[in-house]
Amino acid sequence: MTSVPVGSDPVQEVGIVASGDVVKARQIIRTLAQQSRLSLVDQTKLVTAASELARNTVVYGGGGTMRACVARDGAKVGVWVQFTDQGQGIPDLELALTDGWSSGKGMGLGLSGARRLVDEFDLRSAAGEGTTVTVVKWVR
Amino acid sequence: MAGADMAQRLVQLLTDQRDAFVEQWVDTVVRSLRGRITEAELRRELTELYGAVLEALASGGLAPRAEHFAEVRSLLVELSRNRARQGFSPTETAISVFSLKEVLEPVLSGENDDIRAYLQFSRLLDDLGLFTVEEHGRTREEIISVQAEQLLELSTPVVKLWDGVVGVPLVGTLDSARTQVVMEKLLQSLIDSNSTHAIIDITGVPAVDTQVAQHLLKTVVAARMMGAECTISGIRPQIAQTIVTLGIEFGDIPTKATLSDALRHALAQRAAAGQAGGLL
Amino acid sequence: MTERVPVLKIGDVLLVSIQVDLEDQMVLDLQEDLSDRIVATGARGVVIDISALEIVDSFVGRMLATIASISRLLGAETVVVGMRPAVAMTLVELGLSLGGVRTALNLEQGLGYLNSARDKQLGVPGFTAGSPDTGAETR
Repeated sequence: MTSVPVGSDPVQEVGIVASGDVVKARQIIRTLAQQSRLSLVDQTKLVTAASELARNTVVYGGGGTMRACVARDGAKVGVWVQFTDQGQGIPDLELALTDGWSSGKGMGLGLSGARRLVDEFDLRSAAGEGTTVTVVKWVR
Repeated sequence: MAGADMAQRLVQLLTDQRDAFVEQWVDTVVRSLRGRITEAELRRELTELYGAVLEALASGGLAPRAEHFAEVRSLLVELSRNRARQGFSPTETAISVFSLKEVLEPVLSGENDDIRAYLQFSRLLDDLGLFTVEEHGRTREEIISVQAEQLLELSTPVVKLWDGVVGVPLVGTLDSARTQVVMEKLLQSLIDSNSTHAIIDITGVPAVDTQVAQHLLKTVVAARMMGAECTISGIRPQIAQTIVTLGIEFGDIPTKATLSDALRHALAQRAAAGQAGGLL
Repeated sequence: MTERVPVLKIGDVLLVSIQVDLEDQMVLDLQEDLSDRIVATGARGVVIDISALEIVDSFVGRMLATIASISRLLGAETVVVGMRPAVAMTLVELGLSLGGVRTALNLEQGLGYLNSARDKQLGVPGFTAGSPDTGAETR
């Protein structure tokens, strides 16, 4: 799932650098969520997850990119989103996904919270090598 | 004999005896469906399909998944869907296609070319037949998922119990898909009816395990965040025992044995908060 | 240069109605503006209307909790009103419970709550002069 499922719509790519880009990311994801006909609650969950991850990219990753598209896998339709940064990375993935953990100021809900809001969640990172988070929300 | 020639031979055959073939085809299929579909309707369907197959053969040969068979496929989709909705089995659906073979069989001369052409045609029909089975299955799945959705809708009514109090009588098992629907309906009804209290009655829930409790808790917390209080009622003695045995914590969520207790509690709370309390 | 969320004063209540998708900077500005206005006006209550917000993420959620704490220190009570069902369900899943933040279904109920809270404090039941009618009491 770290690559776009074959047969998906074209991928949009946008830089997530300043905090204003978080709003832009939310708008793009909302449009895709509507296109893929996610239910209102699922749209809200996905956009919220994207907002958390986009902010992580800006705050902890020092900026990066978001790639997103309407994903199609057989009969399933959904939205695929990937955030990539070249920041300092996360040394301990398991710890990072624990509720309440945070390397910066905040409540530490970003990663673990976002994971609960989506159907598929993949986190890849190593200290000094940046971070890639990929999420998918499928239409039920 | 090349592919194009075979197609040519078939087209010629199918064109020459068009009316007779269609007639026999309709006959065979009608028998297999045992009168559950009118002959007129079937004739219309098959005549159209016959025409489309003929045209596809004439225009581009024998590859059934190719572009020029689009028209045939869309007719088959329609046919399969109708059959599936009318309750015909996949076999009964596919037979409509396969029986065209039987029609063609007796008119062939014993020549090699004819046999080869027939085999090719038969392979084409096999493929189209399988296609109808696939479509039949897909339609069935659609019907099932629509029904599952309707069941969700049916089983989660939200009723107004009093001014400012709504009730949700839950019946059946609570899984996460249903919880989301129940939650959404409950929370929306709080807004629509301007209700500050909701009573979730679980008399009809057969078992409460940690997961169900988790779902109930989430609903209550969400309602609270919107500014409404929830009470859980209808906790039967066995359920109360299970809850305690499993060590499930409902936290500070008020729970009551019966709906009327819960309603009294909600009205008392509304009165205490200076909201219109009705009879109290 | 960024937009600012307007803070309106009605009687002794400050009303904040968030109508746009919030940029992080706007959230921080609002926090600051509101603290200043509470002190300047001596407001006793703050109502934050989020009914137009399609999402509330942990950043905005945290802001709401912070504003509630700050205004409590300054002697005003905060009520967050109009949260959408989908937003509430998402916040639960996110693990954010907005503990310590008072909420109400809509503006009317939020103002009603602030009024009755103040009446209790003053020991004058039903005293509503100088502030908007709560609606709840007139039904």
